[in-house]
Amino acid sequence: MVKVNGESVNCGGQTAEQFLLEHGYDLKRVAVECNGEIVPKSQYSSYVFKDGDSVEVVRFVGGG
Amino acid sequence: MIPSEKEMYSACEQKHGKEAQKAFSEATVAICGLGGLGSNVAVMLARAGIGKLILIDFDRVDITNLQRQQYKACQTGEYKADALKANLLEIAPYANYKTHTLRITEDNFYSLLSPADIIVEAFDNAEAKAMLVNNALEAFPEKYIVTASGMAGIASGNMIKTRKLTSKLYLCGDSVSGVEDGLGLYSARVAMCASHEALAVLRILIGEYEA
Repeated sequence: MVKVNGESVNCGGQTAEQFLLEHGYDLKRVAVECNGEIVPKSQYSSYVFKDGDSVEVVRFVGGG
Repeated sequence: MIPSEKEMYSACEQKHGKEAQKAFSEATVAICGLGGLGSNVAVMLARAGIGKLILIDFDRVDITNLQRQQYKACQTGEYKADALKANLLEIAPYANYKTHTLRITEDNFYSLLSPADIIVEAFDNAEAKAMLVNNALEAFPEKYIVTASGMAGIASGNMIKTRKLTSKLYLCGDSVSGVEDGLGLYSARVAMCASHEALAVLRILIGEYEA
């Protein structure tokens, strides 16, 4: 299991891109951290989440 | 009569403490976007005695900005960076203000933000927010970044929080209330989120790293 935004999700083995698209995120409006490090946008299609990872997906909404 | 630099510094010291004021006065903070978030963050940080503020926005003051942004009606049509600097100079005349009237992009962010100790993301556009945070986190692993998402509408202000997402990234807002849902923008709620951002900056500068 992978911890995503504090919740256990069965997405070990998925790439960041697969995970984000499957969960309805707009790739242009997120920032992804894995184990405290930024996942570079250029690596979304190759970066694989592993069981035990702790992931934060920041979804940006408009307004300011 | 305008107080002297020494008098203003000493008055800040009296309210914040000597050590905090030294840290504030030595800091350089970049504010990216000078709208409802950024103009309010800038006023709060200038009042706190931050030594140098880098103010960046490509836009001009519009009549629809006046209900929540730190501009005067007579400044409508002026570049925000220039208008805000003029207002800040009246509030805190001895700080150092560097203005840039341009759009922050993937190509120019590095040189614009390199001088800053802390970067405040204060854009209104969700894609621009994501672009800046992603690029800054990758390019400046040593810098603190304070970002905001979710302050539109008139839902309870108690939803607005500061969260620390990594050792260097702080996220302020309620994370859900966006203008794309047709929500309006209310001065009190936007300024509340701006206060969270400004407070996160001050806390980082005094070494209080918890959200």
